[in-house]
Amino acid sequence: MDFPSTQFVPSRMMGTYEPIHQIGMWGENFKSIGNPSISASVIVEVDNKLENESETASHEMPAPSCKHDQEASKPFDKIQRRLAQNREAARKSRLRKKAYVQQLESSRLKLIQLEKELEQAREQQGLYIGGGLEAGHLGFSGVVNPGIAAFEMEYKHWMQVQNRQLGELRTALNAQISDIELRIVVENGMSHYFELFRMKSTVAKADVFYVMSGTWKTSAERFFSWIGGFRPSELLKVLVAQLDPLTDQQIFEVCNLKQSCQQAEDALSQGMEKLQETVSATLAAGQLGQGTYFPQVAMAMEKLEALVCFVNQADHLRQETLQQMSHILTTRQAARGLLALGEYIQRLQDLSTLWATHPREPA
Amino acid sequence: MDKLMRLASEKDVVVFSKSSCCLCYAITILFQELGVTSTVHEIDQDPEGREIEKTLMRLGCNAPVPAIFVGGRLVGSTNEVMSLHLSGGLIPMLKPYQTWC
Repeated sequence: MDFPSTQFVPSRMMGTYEPIHQIGMWGENFKSIGNPSISASVIVEVDNKLENESETASHEMPAPSCKHDQEASKPFDKIQRRLAQNREAARKSRLRKKAYVQQLESSRLKLIQLEKELEQAREQQGLYIGGGLEAGHLGFSGVVNPGIAAFEMEYKHWMQVQNRQLGELRTALNAQISDIELRIVVENGMSHYFELFRMKSTVAKADVFYVMSGTWKTSAERFFSWIGGFRPSELLKVLVAQLDPLTDQQIFEVCNLKQSCQQAEDALSQGMEKLQETVSATLAAGQLGQGTYFPQVAMAMEKLEALVCFVNQADHLRQETLQQMSHILTTRQAARGLLALGEYIQRLQDLSTLWATHPREPA
Repeated sequence: MDKLMRLASEKDVVVFSKSSCCLCYAITILFQELGVTSTVHEIDQDPEGREIEKTLMRLGCNAPVPAIFVGGRLVGSTNEVMSLHLSGGLIPMLKPYQTWC
């Protein structure tokens, strides 16, 4: 068990005491306590106070002169031992600091979630200008598209209902409710997703780029974005891993669904590439550098209309994937699947928040 | 109507498209993946394109293109084809027309 080094005594604590006495007292306190864990917790308390004071306090020597007086009177090996103990204490302090910081980060996460909820409650009234729910997002500067503002409000509400439904699913799965009752919970969950696709379809007409950019979602969700949302095959992957045991017939059907899903996705992806090529070619037509280019831009806009169709098709694919899965699975499996999916999305959202607030080394 | 049905029945798998339609392209890619060579009619290149478009709308297609006919019968648009495929009904329908190289 280690003694705290004299470095860890902040100058203010040496208040009414003679410096030498104070250091002696630290030593006395920890000699007399036989139980190492108690001493350790006292050390933590002291160190936490110190961390609150300043980062560098622990590395400073508040009273070099008194330490020097002490050292001069001690034999060499005792000096060496004291230095080794200092190093050890410093190392342990760093480890405790790391643990403390991790604790701080999870508390911050909680705080940000609470702030989010508060913001939601506050913004029920007026138009919400700007987009995104996590820190650091740049919203619209200036013109507010009413379709987008409406969607963002609806989506916030949608998320609240989603979280409530996940709670209901959890409760329902743990309770002994009948299959019929469970079916209702599942149907509600499915309808809720279909409602989102309807909302997206409406806002896509207002601004398809908004849907494509995924501005309304968190950053980690955007990382996985494919034509304005999740890849259906990705959803299947997450679901299936949670659904053991499946019957042989179910495994067969899920395999087929996975394959058809993948094929449909590939076809849409290639269609999107073709659309990019078309818009690019239209926009770049004629001479670049002439200065007048309105016809090209107007024509490119026409081509871009197709993007709405692609977004709708992608959502249709997501909806069909969910529908098919609900046909293949039993009610209980479907409930577990919906819960798994919902929680996976929550984890992505929490990841985004933690990432946004995680302190980084300066470049 | 006649021209449409004639074109639709001429070949096994027919896709009515427009030259700029990328969603139509996506459908042909899907058919290709499933081993089917589809015949594409670009109605904007057809002098009677307008008529064909009107007929397709009357037949119940929300958007005139893409309109997919298999074995002379209207399957529908992208939505119908995708739903059919995910529910496992598309491949059996295409089976007689699959040509693997």
